[in-house]
Amino acid sequence: MAVKKFVVGCFDEEGPLFDAVKKVRKSGYKLHDVYTPFPIHGLDKAMGLRDTSIHTAGFLYAIFGTTSMLSFMTWVFTKDFPLNVGGKPHFALPAWIPITFEFTVLCACVGMVITFCYLCQLAPFVKKHHFHLRATDDRFVMVIECTPKTNESELSSFMTSIGATEVNVQNAETGWWLGRYDKEQKLFEGQSETVSA
Amino acid sequence: MAIKEFFAIPARYRTWSLALMGVGILSVIIGFFIYGIPNEHNHHGARFWASLLQNSVYFLLVVNASMFFICATTLAFGGWQIVFRRVTEAISVAVIPLGIITLIVLIALVTVDPHIFHWLHPEGDKILMGKSAFLNPTFYIIWTILAIGLWIVLGYKMRQLSRELDNNPPVDAEAGRKYIFKNTVWAAIFIVWFALTVMSTVPWLWLMSIDAHWYSTMYSWYTFASTFVAGMALITIFVVYLKNQSYLEYTNEEHIHDLGKFMFAFSIFWTYLWFSQYMLIWYANIPEETVYFNSRITSKSHNGAYSGLYWFMFALNFLAPILILMRRGSKRNYTTVTFMAIVIIFGHWLDFYQMVFASLFPDHVTLNLFDFGVAAGFVGLIMFATGRALTKAPLLAKNHPFIKESIIHHT
Repeated sequence: MAVKKFVVGCFDEEGPLFDAVKKVRKSGYKLHDVYTPFPIHGLDKAMGLRDTSIHTAGFLYAIFGTTSMLSFMTWVFTKDFPLNVGGKPHFALPAWIPITFEFTVLCACVGMVITFCYLCQLAPFVKKHHFHLRATDDRFVMVIECTPKTNESELSSFMTSIGATEVNVQNAETGWWLGRYDKEQKLFEGQSETVSA
Repeated sequence: MAIKEFFAIPARYRTWSLALMGVGILSVIIGFFIYGIPNEHNHHGARFWASLLQNSVYFLLVVNASMFFICATTLAFGGWQIVFRRVTEAISVAVIPLGIITLIVLIALVTVDPHIFHWLHPEGDKILMGKSAFLNPTFYIIWTILAIGLWIVLGYKMRQLSRELDNNPPVDAEAGRKYIFKNTVWAAIFIVWFALTVMSTVPWLWLMSIDAHWYSTMYSWYTFASTFVAGMALITIFVVYLKNQSYLEYTNEEHIHDLGKFMFAFSIFWTYLWFSQYMLIWYANIPEETVYFNSRITSKSHNGAYSGLYWFMFALNFLAPILILMRRGSKRNYTTVTFMAIVIIFGHWLDFYQMVFASLFPDHVTLNLFDFGVAAGFVGLIMFATGRALTKAPLLAKNHPFIKESIIHHT
């Protein structure tokens, strides 16, 4: 991936965020992403994101689980190690359904979790740039990517005008890289956070 | 756009409901002369009564599932269904005429005795003697009257509570809270009675006792799941119909999506129970239990007459919903959802058909126009009763405390 320039705006509440997203998209700026402490209903629609295809992935994992487990058990109990269990036929389909079902669910769940983490670029021993640490706590952070045509100061004042309480410009790596947060980065170093009661 | 508060029955709707009821009455009369009069081909007229038993019990439990849906969502403090709650209430009104018909049929089964319940004559049969404390005409009649009667009375109470707010909205939040609490109390009473009847005793008495020697602990749940998913399908059909007639302005694809989820989830729940019942019997392989599947499933040693119908019913009730309703888009599409609702209602009607007929006439399938005619009659009656009930109250319970939550509902 590459290092790009971003303008980052923080919002205190989710209410103005919808309006701000609409205005940003209308004025033609390139919306990179919006980071929020909790899922916000309808924000994906407002941002114009397409429907996630993670359920399609889940369906494929499930199909994989069903077929692989059924064929594995068929091979084991009819070819590799046929046993007479209570006079049942070797191909004892009803007895395999629970196992097939469980394996289907397992494949779908684990597969979807891993896919989700991959899409979000989350993994152990991997780092990713955080635009604002309080996006995990109480700030709603909108990130706009700068193109060669973007005027940063104009964009910054535009962000303030649509309700951002804090605006800054960052050069950031968009991808992920090997590294550890706890060893390599001192969080809040050199920043004094004021906490008001 | 002005809000259409009251449903006015369109002429076509009325014609259809009356025509279907006419077909039903005609079928019952013709069926009685062909199948109902005892002769040497048809002992005791069981064929006629079996069809009445299947149809009346099935459609009664389907419309009653609507009241169960109201009470279950009330107990769960659900808000999303309020915009179309009046539709579910109207469907539950159909419990009154269907309940009366079913009551007559069920009492006739033990008084006229067309040889559907052989537990009526337990003499000399050790197993039936052992079960006679439960399977006897007195208990059967009392319990049937109580079951249907209390469904009607408690359902009426729930509908009254809903109407109460139409002209006098709750004055403040406290009054709203009190109203919700009162609702939960009555809903809880209904649910308890529902658990004691539909989820346990009633399917044992009305359906499982056809095979009086056989029993399955899954049977009542299975019956409940069957009728509940068909009930959700019926609600969906009425909601979509009213939408198409430009009623229910506040109901949109978000609500349809949730109804679709119910149909999808409970189709799988039904399959789960179906499979649990089947697998335990298959696994244990005890002759007293496997006898149930002799007529239903073809095996190496035995040719079940109902096998084709049984697996067709399974495909309609499991494969079709799971494959078609799985996608988000299909649950939000009015056409797909309506199509699936019809498939599900028909599929579970076939399920009830095999529950009754494969036990009574195990040698060959007798499904013909007579059965469909009787079913048409009940469909017409549901249409008629629900349509009438829809005109009686405003379509939107506009003063319900949860109405806003329902309007802005979002999945």
